[in-house]
Amino acid sequence: MMKRWQAVKRLLPMLAVFSLLLAGCGREDLSALRPQGPVAEGQYDLMKLAITIMIFVVAVVFAIAVYVLIKFRRKKGQTEVPEQVEGNFKLEIIWTVIPLILVFILAVPTVQKIFAFGDDHYNEKGSVQVKVTSHLYWWEFEYPQYGVKTAQELMIPTGKNIAFELKTADVLHSFWVPSLSGKMDTNPDGTINRFSFSTNKEGVYRGKCAELCGPSHGLMEFKVKAVSPDSFDKWVAAMKAPAVLPKDQALAETFKKSCLSCHAVGDQGGPAAPDLTGIGSRESVAGILLNEGQDGGKPVKENLKTWLEDPQAVKPGNKMPAPKDLGLTDEQIDGIADYLANYKLDY
Amino acid sequence: MDWLTTVDHKKIAILYLLAGGLFFGIGGIEAVLIRLQLIKPMNDFVSAQTFNELITMHGTTMIFLGVMPVIFALMNAVIPLQIGARDVAFPFLNSLGFWTFLFGGLLLNLSWIMGGAPDAGWTAYTPLSSTTYSPNHGVDFYTVGLQIAGLGTLIGGINFLATIITMRAPGMSFMRMPMFTWTSFITSAMILFAFPAVTVGLVLLSFDRILGANFFEVAGGGSPVLWQHIFWIFGHPEVYILILPAFGVISEVIPTFSRKRLFGYSSMVFATILIAFLGFMVWAHHMFTTGLGPVANALFSIATMLIAVPTGIKIFNWLFTMWGGQIRFTSPNLFAIGFIPTFVMGGVTGVMLASAPADYQFHDTYFVVAHFHYVIVGALVSGLLSGLHYWWPKMFGRMLNETLGKLSFWFFIIGFHMTFFVQHFLGLMGMQRRVFTYLPNQQFDTLNLVSTIGAILMGTGVLIFLINAFVTAAKPKGVADDPWEDGRTLEWTIPSPPPEYNFKQIPLVRGIDALWKEKMAGNKSMTPAEPLGPIHMPSPTILPFVMSVGIFIAGLGFMFSKEQFSNSFMSFIFNNWIVVIIGLVITFGSMLLRSLYDDHGWHIEVEELEEEGVKA
Ligand code: HEM
Ligand SMILES: [Cu+2]
Repeated sequence: MMKRWQAVKRLLPMLAVFSLLLAGCGREDLSALRPQGPVAEGQYDLMKLAITIMIFVVAVVFAIAVYVLIKFRRKKGQTEVPEQVEGNFKLEIIWTVIPLILVFILAVPTVQKIFAFGDDHYNEKGSVQVKVTSHLYWWEFEYPQYGVKTAQELMIPTGKNIAFELKTADVLHSFWVPSLSGKMDTNPDGTINRFSFSTNKEGVYRGKCAELCGPSHGLMEFKVKAVSPDSFDKWVAAMKAPAVLPKDQALAETFKKSCLSCHAVGDQGGPAAPDLTGIGSRESVAGILLNEGQDGGKPVKENLKTWLEDPQAVKPGNKMPAPKDLGLTDEQIDGIADYLANYKLDY
Repeated sequence: MDWLTTVDHKKIAILYLLAGGLFFGIGGIEAVLIRLQLIKPMNDFVSAQTFNELITMHGTTMIFLGVMPVIFALMNAVIPLQIGARDVAFPFLNSLGFWTFLFGGLLLNLSWIMGGAPDAGWTAYTPLSSTTYSPNHGVDFYTVGLQIAGLGTLIGGINFLATIITMRAPGMSFMRMPMFTWTSFITSAMILFAFPAVTVGLVLLSFDRILGANFFEVAGGGSPVLWQHIFWIFGHPEVYILILPAFGVISEVIPTFSRKRLFGYSSMVFATILIAFLGFMVWAHHMFTTGLGPVANALFSIATMLIAVPTGIKIFNWLFTMWGGQIRFTSPNLFAIGFIPTFVMGGVTGVMLASAPADYQFHDTYFVVAHFHYVIVGALVSGLLSGLHYWWPKMFGRMLNETLGKLSFWFFIIGFHMTFFVQHFLGLMGMQRRVFTYLPNQQFDTLNLVSTIGAILMGTGVLIFLINAFVTAAKPKGVADDPWEDGRTLEWTIPSPPPEYNFKQIPLVRGIDALWKEKMAGNKSMTPAEPLGPIHMPSPTILPFVMSVGIFIAGLGFMFSKEQFSNSFMSFIFNNWIVVIIGLVITFGSMLLRSLYDDHGWHIEVEELEEEGVKA
């Protein structure tokens, strides 16, 4: 026991230095090294402990190696035969026991955290339930407690536990928001995975699909937007308001006919494609065309037009037909882009 | 022709080396293309689909077709010599193993020219690898090609087991066996247990795809997670199958160039066995995020971390082998010394990954890419290059050029660390693996650029090695029996390259490092264990080659059995299984021939042996 504590004490200063170094790595809204919520923080602590132990091991091995290589190089004219050492029982026991101790130091918090993160908070009072469904290549978020459904942008209130239930509509995907929590697979076979995370910090976090799912796997991104609980309630109310359709009657008809066969806005349309309610106030179009405000983002309308002009060029292999093939003219496309860009929610 | 019919383990070793070189080259080109695509954000050098084909084929080729045959090349070239045998236990099977392996590999690579390589990743997770989501024939090439190649591996593994168990020279007990033979022995045992798993998996997957079965189809009651279990029950031991022989090489090279016996020989043996055993117990650490539940995750976490213990034993034993020795920095030893820190780094990231909650962050990111490349490129490929430089004179009778060897080492090791070290950070900073491109401004750009430049340096290192091999091939043969002068094991007691029969007289082994022991006793050569007598040799035969061609044809026929060709004759012969039948007839016909025709082989007579002795 004494020995173990000494080892831990020796590791502590290193731990401090490395957490400083690592914290400089990556974007706040994306990097697993800059956790923004308790779950990611817990995982980060474990990573720091592991990295510290490992750097300690690497340092010892390197030191011995360098010493040996300098001290015992063969010198000119050296011909005598070195002593043929068979081994050394004591030494060998030492380097069996020390790794065992190091493994033990890492194993204890590992097991603790496995069980802590394995707890199911889905039916707990105060949790916000979200049913995540992954599709080729977009994300659907349903809030059963509120009766709303949205896509590509997960809206969450700060300070509350967000409890997820994950499934997929097609192949395996994996739901990952590095700065808030590690990933979890969305399985196709009815085994529904549950986990949860939370954050106290308002902001937009970047989420990714982490399991190869086809050509556009790398582009299957989404955003998590954490807002105050008040804003969140306002957002829910706005989502439930009746759909706003294009003012121009003819355009509204085209939109209904060509787009709402798959997409939905408000209470209209279908569930086969991402819900478009309030798309004008999202951070991105299709998860990857960043809107103004995000770094290097373009005006929403421009992004919408890029998407509508050729969805395949933006996300190869996605399941949306090109509006041109549906018989839409450039003018109509421009009109719809304009309408969607101005379809904003107040929250 | 000589090469198509040979059953001599030394020639088969060279065949394996050539085939390995070919596939390694293909896999390497694929790797460079992948890195070129990722050199900058939103690059459009290759399409998304092509990219997925490239990563799938790169992974599959490297694991199954690239390093595997090089390992088999070394095993074939060295093991019979190290244990004082005249050949492997079953020379005919040895040749069969090689040809099925080669034709399996060729079949897989045919996919590039026959419309669509596999694109579901080398792990081929269902449902992405089902016909619904991967409708072209790519994945069929994967299942059928790997099946055939895997057959060759299994045959090879069984053969080495039998060889090592039954053909050791008198006096060579298990605890006197050289370390490379030991690790190869354990590797072969692992092949025996691991490959049947993947065989079953591949059969089930091809039944799903070609015959419409429902093993992994959710709609038909199948389970995609079952595929993951089957795959990793094979896949995890597979990485130990690959790395153990490299451990063996290092355990030969370091003592030789330190002029010291291996430190802690028996703990090395024990550690190897323990690693093999644990290797089978930890497969689910590839599946922490699948949702197996906390109990399974905790158990597999701890089991995985335990592998660090026997691995640690090995590392320290190598370091203490050098301690007090006289280290020579020859090119094989440079690779061996480079192996140690690189492998340590790959090992420690492995322990990090074993911590399940942390793995929720690491899994499927570039951190993982960095980790396994540290192990299978930095360590395993270093180990193989070390072994190749070390045994080259024995295999070919010519020394590789030392200057070129050292140059290729420095390019390789610097390029390697440049490529993969930065990838740890990419992963931690949020870059998933298997992405064909990434958005700008995520702080991924510079690190990816560095990584690509590193890959090019590393490629240069490998090219220098190839040049070295060619330059050397032009030189006349004729190096000493023991060209490194400090050889310790039996292979250095016979001429380089060895005669067909290896040992004129089987030597008597009197301890660990048999040759070294004789040297220390002041003897110039081994004491023979038998009088000079005629040596029985197996006859060359074309049958293994023909059998493999048959399997290859049957495989193609099976894959395309549902295909509608534009040519009605083609459709007819494929759809009615005629092609499959032709292939199988060729294979089973050859088997029949083999069992009906009694071939007693031939003898090298004593006079002949004595004559050659005079020549040498
Ligand atoms: C002209 C009519 C349409 C318009 C204006 C339209 C608009 C959009 C927009 C703006 C997105 C990106 C969504 C986001 O950022 O959340 C999108 C994605 C998508 N749309 Fe449509 N859409 C139309 C027609 C259709 C139709 C008819 C289908 C179904 C056959 C469809 C299927 C999809 C799918 C599957 C995606 C997700 C692609 C991905 O991100 O992987 N769309 N659409
Ligand atoms: Cu995906």
